Amino acid sequence: MIIVWLILVPLAGGLIAWYSGKRSASLARYISVLTLALMFGLVMKILLQDSAAIGMNIYGPWILEIKQEWIPQIGAGFHLAVDGLNLLLLLLTVFLGFAAVASSWTEIKERVGLFYLMLLWVLAGIIGVFLSMDLFLFYVFWELMLVPMYFLIVLWGHENRRYAAFKFFLFTQAGGLIMLVGVLGLYFIHGRQTGQYTFEYMSLVGTSMGRLTELLLMSCFFIAFAVKLPAVPLHTWLADAHTEAPTAGSVVLAGLLLKTGAYGLIRFALPLFPNASAEVAPGCMVIAVIGVIYGSIMAFAQTDIKRLIAYSSISHMGFVLLGIYAWSEVALQGAIMQIVCHGIATGALFIIAGTIQERTGTRDMGRMGGLWETAPRMGAAALFFALASLGLPGLGNFIGEFMVLLGSYRVNIVITAIGAAGVVSATVYSLWLIQRVFHGRDVNILKGGDLAAREMALMAVMMAALIWLGLFPQQIFNISQPALKNLRVADASSGAEILARKGEGDSRGGNIREGFRQ
Amino acid sequence: MPEFLWIIPALPFGGFLLLAIAGRRVSKTWVALIGAGSVGLAFAAALSVGISFIGAAPGVNSYVLDLGTWISVNGFTSSFSLYLDALSLVMVLVITFVGFLIHIYSAGFMAGEEDYARFFAYMNLFIGSMLILVLADDLLFLYLGWEGVGLCSYLLIGFWYKDPLNGLAARKAFVVTRIGDTSLSLGLFLLATNLGTLRIQEVMYLAAGRWPVGSGMALAASALLLGGAIGKSAQLPLQTWLPDAMAGPTPVSALIHAATMVTAGVYLIARTHLLFTLAPQVQTAVAVIGALTLVVAGLSAVTQRDIKRVLAYSTISQIGYMFVALGVGAWSAAIFHFMTHAFFKALLFLGAGMVIISVDHEHDMFKMGGLRSQLPAVFWTFLIGACSLSALPFVTAGFYSKELIIYYSLASPLGNRWLWVAGVLGAFITSLYAFRMVFITFFGESRFRVRERPGMIMTVPAAVLAVLSLVAGFIELPASAGKTRIFSTFLSSSLPAITIREAAPGAETALSAFAAIVSLLGIFLAYILFFHRRRYADRLTASRAGRLGHRFLFGGWGFDWLYNAFIVRPFVWIARINKDDFIDLVYLGMLWSGSRLSNILSISQNGKVRTYALGIAFGAVIALAIMVFK
Repeated sequence: MIIVWLILVPLAGGLIAWYSGKRSASLARYISVLTLALMFGLVMKILLQDSAAIGMNIYGPWILEIKQEWIPQIGAGFHLAVDGLNLLLLLLTVFLGFAAVASSWTEIKERVGLFYLMLLWVLAGIIGVFLSMDLFLFYVFWELMLVPMYFLIVLWGHENRRYAAFKFFLFTQAGGLIMLVGVLGLYFIHGRQTGQYTFEYMSLVGTSMGRLTELLLMSCFFIAFAVKLPAVPLHTWLADAHTEAPTAGSVVLAGLLLKTGAYGLIRFALPLFPNASAEVAPGCMVIAVIGVIYGSIMAFAQTDIKRLIAYSSISHMGFVLLGIYAWSEVALQGAIMQIVCHGIATGALFIIAGTIQERTGTRDMGRMGGLWETAPRMGAAALFFALASLGLPGLGNFIGEFMVLLGSYRVNIVITAIGAAGVVSATVYSLWLIQRVFHGRDVNILKGGDLAAREMALMAVMMAALIWLGLFPQQIFNISQPALKNLRVADASSGAEILARKGEGDSRGGNIREGFRQ
Repeated sequence: MPEFLWIIPALPFGGFLLLAIAGRRVSKTWVALIGAGSVGLAFAAALSVGISFIGAAPGVNSYVLDLGTWISVNGFTSSFSLYLDALSLVMVLVITFVGFLIHIYSAGFMAGEEDYARFFAYMNLFIGSMLILVLADDLLFLYLGWEGVGLCSYLLIGFWYKDPLNGLAARKAFVVTRIGDTSLSLGLFLLATNLGTLRIQEVMYLAAGRWPVGSGMALAASALLLGGAIGKSAQLPLQTWLPDAMAGPTPVSALIHAATMVTAGVYLIARTHLLFTLAPQVQTAVAVIGALTLVVAGLSAVTQRDIKRVLAYSTISQIGYMFVALGVGAWSAAIFHFMTHAFFKALLFLGAGMVIISVDHEHDMFKMGGLRSQLPAVFWTFLIGACSLSALPFVTAGFYSKELIIYYSLASPLGNRWLWVAGVLGAFITSLYAFRMVFITFFGESRFRVRERPGMIMTVPAAVLAVLSLVAGFIELPASAGKTRIFSTFLSSSLPAITIREAAPGAETALSAFAAIVSLLGIFLAYILFFHRRRYADRLTASRAGRLGHRFLFGGWGFDWLYNAFIVRPFVWIARINKDDFIDLVYLGMLWSGSRLSNILSISQNGKVRTYALGIAFGAVIALAIMVFK
């Protein structure tokens, strides 16, 4: 039941925050914090109490699961489950949820209750996406999380918010519909073969089909997830949405919403369509490094500070995509690490950008300069997260990038070399950001002074998290390792090797299914 | 005692943390005490660890301290482990000792600075990272120190952040060295993938067993490591960041050039020397790069006006010597020159710093002049540094270390006469620019009234280094001067001794004498051109060819121009023109055509029955026609 509470708590908390927000704005804020604290308690309970299950795998593939009939007529079930992979993402969700609430503490002044309703409901939708093991349910949550996000942008966003919100909605909606086609296709093929029409993930894994069919269905899923990730060239919604969203919206978008795309690839696209995925893996890795390089060049070109950070996300998510399609344990552990660390580092940068906009009234870096002099604490925090995002060893992002590249090196050396060059261009745009905003002569546009104690505390927690992840990443690896084993990536089978073994494709699918049913 | 090895890097890191958190709340005295004290204690710790290490049972040549696992995934492991042997001990001692002196000096040099705590925090971080770099047993852990050093160079070169030019120099240092680092990281991927480990000793052992000499893997691995070394050690073609790095405060330059950062590449190659012996072509490349660099950078040094830029090019050139030594297999000679260079180059920078603050932060030597009588202490110590740099025979440490390299560049089986010629030519150029600097700055007519002489806190560290710049050479003497081999014997447990070709008796002495005479000639030429007959030099630069040549050398052989024209500007240009993301145009185009289509179709919805009837009729005709003619 605890697993259902993970979704119900933010839904209910949001409603209470909305209701109480009509009386007092600060009450709504505190209720949101309380809600997140409850969610944190739930996640920690799973992590600590049931963590024995992570290592020993005693409950089969899942640490916790709930499976009920939902719409038996069409074979849709209510199946939620936790394993090491989505447990980490739950932790990240709650962590960044706190950050989002804290960062909008003073920024949001209108319709505060409604704002927190939307924020908590986005989180609920995201948690639903992470937990669903039924494709129909997954699709429902996938669509559900868009609606409150749309309102967050369109109601509390900046100047160009309507355009950005529409664009965001259209892109992700189009992706979602294409995925629905894929889901239905898989549903009917599986139903016709076995006579059992179901959306259950565990049953659908291992469905055998013709090469072309598998490629087509895989593409449907891939496009939906690639839009979210985003992969070049499906990325253009992102810069607008991130830039125009309020700070909390940017944090959730960059930190969590993009991650649903990566998660979808790991959980669904590759295990459901192993042969087709292996076939397209080299192409996807090329797309990934194009994203790494293109995103970093675009980031360098921007003058709007939030746009710069938004494009840097495209570059970083390129590493995630690269790691996923290298499909070895080292690379996937790197991708997961990158998912977590990018969420924290980029979230923190968006929060800093938000405080800068709050204090200077602009996001144009051309009008900034020398902020270090009046706001050294803010400068130091920004420098820290810029260093994290350029992949400085000792901080978590480095571990992610290193492992991804190490994993992809086995598969393709040239692609890896190009990806590694992305680290140099990340240095260029990260330091350029620091230069234009914090260094140089003070232009005196900062009103309201340096970071306050509340803001600094938030920054300190996020810094500590990145240092911890950078020095003790093994704890993360240990949590996700059994889950990856269940996805059958424990062996060093890279995309290329799977490709080499393509002849035994069908039996391989069978193996995966057995793996889940053990 | 070696089990306390971790304390050595932990001390400066502790100093950094303390200063980063509480630095703004304590007085400057405390900041200096924490900053310099932590490095001083690290030196003391290194000394006691070193003594117990040397005094350990014979046959114990190395000590590994495992501090825990960093990453362990599916067969790939990396751990926080430290490795102590003769090589890392020498590095640690030099880094902490010279670093300590520079920290003391900084307490005086930076006394007027507002951001005192930030400065010392970064300096401590720099020392700490460098200690990790030289002590790490695992290449990934080494990489952590390696990148930490790069970061600190960025932070310290751009310390005076209000001037955008300093920021530019700082970013240049970080980005250019990171290009090399990318090569190094690819090297790590290669080693980890093919050998399954990143522990340096295991890597070398396995590589020697699996890869035959000259095999592709060995070549690729050592070439990739070399790429990293070139970036950090500012060798051709990635040397361009170092002259600009002079934008930082002078103690930073001293630290970068003497004790940290630029020597990292030399250390890396020495540490992984077995890989390079497996790849003779790459090892030759090391020597050739070194030889080219030492001449190219030396010639640029002769033309600089900024006293610090002379020293910067000088460092590039001297590291070139170390690369030549590595390239011919004279491993311990490279480390020997590293050590003496650390002493005299730190000394020269400290001296230059004292000159600069005495003349109101003027860097142009041609505006100084005649400072000898006004700054006697600075003059004498600086002169000793310049003598050591010029390898003044017999009395200076620089002589013994440089002569050794020049000799081996011919005598080693890997050496050849071209390397030797480059070395001798370099020696000549070195003494020319070193004494050009001395004559222009300290002799001639005086143009400046020095108001305040530097205090003891700055002169004492310089004096200590001056003594070492003279006597540190006596631990390794050539056959002609007593044949002492203390240094190379000590290092022999980590670095194999060099084998030399059979030569006629007395050849070593003759070659040394020749090189010594050449250095003296350089000093003599500097005396003529920049003291005795200044007009010769003026006339030389006034001629057309002289002017062009001067400009070419002054600008560092056009490397910056080349990189700007072919890399930086195209990159910026592409970024600028595509700022609005051309891919978005595709979607905007879809939006546009969609709305146009809707406009066109909405024309038909005009509400007139006549039009609709006409449409129906047309449709009916077409449908019928299809049915009939099918």
